[in-house]
Amino acid sequence: MEESDVTSSVKALLIGGSAGSLQVLFNLLPSLHHDLPFAMIVVLHRRHSADSALSELLATKSVLPTHEVEDKDVIRPGHIYLAPADYHLLVEKDETFSLDYSEKVNFSRPSIDVTFESAAEVYGSSLAALLLSGANEDGTKGLMYVKKMGGITLVQDPETAQMPYMPHYAMLHAVIDQVLNIRQMSHYINNLR
Amino acid sequence: MIEDEEVEILLTDLVDIYGYDFTSYSRASLKRRIIRLVSIDKFPSFAEFRYKVRTDENYLKRFVEEITVNVTEMFRDPSFYKSLREDILPVLGTKPFIRVWHAGCSTGEEVFSMAILLKEAGLLRKSLLYATDLNPSVLDKVRKGIFPLQQMKHYSESYIESGGLKDFSEYYTANYGQAKFDRELSEKIIISTHNLVSDSSFNEFDLILCRNVLIYFDKDLQDRVLKLFDASLGTLGYLALGTKETLKFSVIQNKYKQLNREKIWKKVM
Ligand SMILES: C[S@@+](CC[C@H](N)C(=O)[O-])C[C@H]1O[C@@H](n2cnc3c(N)ncnc32)[C@H](O)[C@@H]1O
Repeated sequence: MEESDVTSSVKALLIGGSAGSLQVLFNLLPSLHHDLPFAMIVVLHRRHSADSALSELLATKSVLPTHEVEDKDVIRPGHIYLAPADYHLLVEKDETFSLDYSEKVNFSRPSIDVTFESAAEVYGSSLAALLLSGANEDGTKGLMYVKKMGGITLVQDPETAQMPYMPHYAMLHAVIDQVLNIRQMSHYINNLR
Repeated sequence: MIEDEEVEILLTDLVDIYGYDFTSYSRASLKRRIIRLVSIDKFPSFAEFRYKVRTDENYLKRFVEEITVNVTEMFRDPSFYKSLREDILPVLGTKPFIRVWHAGCSTGEEVFSMAILLKEAGLLRKSLLYATDLNPSVLDKVRKGIFPLQQMKHYSESYIESGGLKDFSEYYTANYGQAKFDRELSEKIIISTHNLVSDSSFNEFDLILCRNVLIYFDKDLQDRVLKLFDASLGTLGYLALGTKETLKFSVIQNKYKQLNREKIWKKVM
């Protein structure tokens, strides 16, 4: 059904980031249009306690309604969802979220791989995933799976990343469709359909 | 790779053969756990995995242990425990007797944290803590009251953040890398298997804690379990959920009032 519906083929954009990625979001979010036709799902590694302030902070940077996910929240286009600290964030077939308090993956909870893989299962080719700055390997497996399921894979240009390791590692191991600096990201996302 | 249909087949097997009903669990997490188990136990195919689960009761035990997520901590979310100390225990303290139910208690870290709070409020003597889980192996650990010593530094920090004033190490004896918690605490803990999917209400409680368990259930099962809690709570009793769980949009929401920013509700009807 999605194939014929060319105008809204991407249903979700995933963004994963670790060290150095917050600054990217602070620059990126204000430049995004208010009527994006897909959901944005953001998974950031963060320190355990510096908690709910983050979603409020991100909300001030964007005209799009921004939420820290609670269990079973419904995923709606044009909204930004942030993975809560200390839970893995999963996507269910009925396009709701569920949370999982299981072991850390890549020393991380939330893990970017976990959310990317789970979203790829549900959205298949109607998915784009962007990996930002970071100092570990989380996200690469997730991008590989997104690609395998027919989605679009994007990374921040390591040259522009505060911590180039994470996007660079992804470029070495996964097939990446686009390598973008912040300005290009904003253009790309605003035109993504 | 495991197909969705294979997951369904396996879940049907478990109901048919063992009476374990996981069919209303959130699929994304369940499937991830199954894939993980097939991989760490190195099954060459799903068919072989299924055969093992169907025919080997010992392996079934492992399956249940690994499929359910048992990760837990003492004084997890210190502000939650602080609110129990400051807002809930003073109210419960006015009762002649206090019954607390930890549903899905895992290895018991949360139960021992609660026992410490009750002790510090001078209420432990008139309290009973019911610790239940569907998984018998985690309950063995509750019974022993022994946790890894290396965790104690972190737990002690959370304890202090929750408003604890003592030296946390007063509560346990360290031995061979293990911390054994005081008998005085464990004496007040009643341990039993209880499956929230299939077992019914078994007592009336003043406070029920069910944290980070409902996230594994789909919406319908969540509602069923919340009704079970409602039936097990006395008037003006309290229900506490995990930090990302909610009564909002549930069948019982109109009978409950959330106290503050913490996920604690009071039964008002
Ligand atoms: C992540 S632990 C939560 C432990 C603790 N309450 C906490 O928040 O730290 C989830 C627990 O729920 C238990 N559980 C899962 N399904 C259950 C069911 N149907 N009935 C009772 N317990 C269940 C699991 O065995 C596991 O010990």
